[in-house]
Amino acid sequence: MHLLVCGGTGCRASESSLIVENLKRELEEKGLAGEVQVIMTGCFGFCEKGPVVKVMPDNTFYVQVKPEDAPVIVAGHVIKGRPVQRLLYVDPKSREHIADSKHMGFYRKQIRIALRNCGFINPENIDEYIARDGYAALGKCLSELKPSDVVDIVKKSGLRGRGGAGFPTGLKWEIASKNQADQKYVVCNADEGDPGAFMDRSVLEGDPHSVLEAMAICGYAIGASKGLIYIRAEYPLAIQRLKVAIGQAREYGLLGNNIFETDFSFDIEMRYGAGAFVCGEETALIHSMEGARGEPTNKPPFPAESGFMGKPSNVNNVETFASVPVIITKGWEWFSAIGTEKSKGTKVFALAGKINNVGLIEVPMGTTLREIIFEIGGGIKNGKKFKAVQTGGPSGGCLTEQHLDTPIDFDNLVAVGSMMGSGGMIVMDEDDCMVSIAKFFLEFTVEESCGKCAPCRIGNKRIHELLTHITKGNGTMADLDRLKNMCNVIKDTSLCGLGQTSPNPVLSTMANFMDEYVAHVTDKRCPAGSCRDLMKYSIILDKCVGCTACARGCPVNAITGERKGPHFIDQEKCIKCGACFEKCKFGAVLIN
Amino acid sequence: MSSIKIELRQQDVDKINEICDSFNNDPVELINVLHKTQEHFGYLPAEVQEVIADKMNIATARVYGVVTFYSFFTMTPKGKHPISICMGTACYVRGAEKVLDEFKKELAIQVGQTTGDGKFSLSSLRCVGACGLAPVVLVGDKTYGRVAPDDVKAILKEYE
Repeated sequence: MHLLVCGGTGCRASESSLIVENLKRELEEKGLAGEVQVIMTGCFGFCEKGPVVKVMPDNTFYVQVKPEDAPVIVAGHVIKGRPVQRLLYVDPKSREHIADSKHMGFYRKQIRIALRNCGFINPENIDEYIARDGYAALGKCLSELKPSDVVDIVKKSGLRGRGGAGFPTGLKWEIASKNQADQKYVVCNADEGDPGAFMDRSVLEGDPHSVLEAMAICGYAIGASKGLIYIRAEYPLAIQRLKVAIGQAREYGLLGNNIFETDFSFDIEMRYGAGAFVCGEETALIHSMEGARGEPTNKPPFPAESGFMGKPSNVNNVETFASVPVIITKGWEWFSAIGTEKSKGTKVFALAGKINNVGLIEVPMGTTLREIIFEIGGGIKNGKKFKAVQTGGPSGGCLTEQHLDTPIDFDNLVAVGSMMGSGGMIVMDEDDCMVSIAKFFLEFTVEESCGKCAPCRIGNKRIHELLTHITKGNGTMADLDRLKNMCNVIKDTSLCGLGQTSPNPVLSTMANFMDEYVAHVTDKRCPAGSCRDLMKYSIILDKCVGCTACARGCPVNAITGERKGPHFIDQEKCIKCGACFEKCKFGAVLIN
Repeated sequence: MSSIKIELRQQDVDKINEICDSFNNDPVELINVLHKTQEHFGYLPAEVQEVIADKMNIATARVYGVVTFYSFFTMTPKGKHPISICMGTACYVRGAEKVLDEFKKELAIQVGQTTGDGKFSLSSLRCVGACGLAPVVLVGDKTYGRVAPDDVKAILKEYE
């Protein structure tokens, strides 16, 4: 029997390490430590209900487990064989207790390829990876296939880069393989900078060997003997697990000289980022790996011609690599049968925001937003109304109700004004102001712009100023035109992908929620009721008892009135801090 | 470069030189050198950058350029208990801004500042990947999930 405990960042933040400790101690006390193993795995994906504990082989899935639940799991389930009812997932609709994750709405529609081992194996034990066909693909490549065959399989599979733009992976490999050089590099881009996206981190934490294996396969295919993983310093757990994995792979002879006793040699080093979103762009990433400021440069030359230290380099994202070994073992035909015509396979999405089931999901390309948000995601939190979903992070856009039935793939998302990006999906409800959301993303871009080219450095700052202006109620209709105009200029004239896509959050919210922008500038009103400066506080005279609590709480003395008499707010003086609303015990302060 | 003037002791200089040597004084390794140095000193004041530039035989401007480019490097010392509020999109839509405002109010400092007694410093960061627990606050290594503005006082009290 195995007890699998989630060791992803989210669950560890909720003390899952303590759960492991307690389970082990409890088993020790009952004399079962030899028979039952407690394993800390990678992320199960169902972060909303974490920490998650899974009992194998009967597949019982416990949710929101606390460290103090360890005794009841051991005494009830392990010893008596009776699942602990109160820790089972309860279906929100049928109110039924569901023990097997296969039957949960959250998992039913998922197909796990990149995440195939996350939550199944101990990421710090190479034997468990090997037991699930790990390194079999590398073995097959080295013993049965020529490098050009490998490139061919990846090309035919239709795999496209999961990092954002969706460039065909096989084609990238082919270009790198054809460039002659004494040294080439395989680079793994693990600089996951999108706020709200955590798929790469989960793969690295839960299944680091799949990335190492794929990098070696890529090295064989393009003729490189060195691999580099560029990873954010903000991911300490992923860094630690990668280090362990690289060490074990070297020990087993799966990295290093003469792998599988062939003349193919390949080794991997790690390079650390230091917190710069623009370093996700491949030329910037390469400059950062060379110890310089991570500023992008013009392409061509592409990294495949002149990359790290001026040598041909093939840069792929973590999720792309994680999909490769299965394509080799199961064949390109299998992979290309999943998905849509131009986007094959599956995509991992990080589902977050105002949604019931926050978590990491993997679905076939072509799944609709409706299926993702309402079936897998379980709908909107607190029964509120769905308003928009933001995909593609700061480079993407907001999609609305009318896009819910669009099958999601690289091309469809671009066609409706957003993009796949790395796969962050933030759900918003009726309380979210779309102008503020656009402002939020622009704030991010302004902070993260590297400053090299003027449109991005200056233009985004001006856009952010205009949006601030509008959310404070000072905008005009002419500002809206100026906004749109400026967005288009930035899009057309910026140097790199960051600048070219930075106005997307503004353009897409303008396209889909123009009425909200107009309400802000003409009526000086925020329809979602979220822009503080556009709120108006007033006192309902019938409800006011004259307790003076509001007047005493007002930091600017804007409230006047006699004791036991009605009170008034001087709108000129009011700074809209909301103190009166919080102080009033009689619900007499009205927010408009 | 920085308003704080510090006097480096010989042992500090030795430590920096040792770190540079461990990376063969190779300019390609500059970011790794800075990571290690910041780990040791807690921050990277101008004086430290000068020693690094000297040892690695590169311009101080290049070191300064890299330090200021990356948000992970800082030229001001952090508080004893560094507080970071996640301002990733998931945390933002679940009310992180109000939590941040509350910390600003309680500590009477702005983002990027440290309290007068050196106890707390405040920063915002972009996504720790614990979106299931949004909004998330980190104090040192400890993670607080689903934080509401009302919880702020209690969190600070734990460190008094």
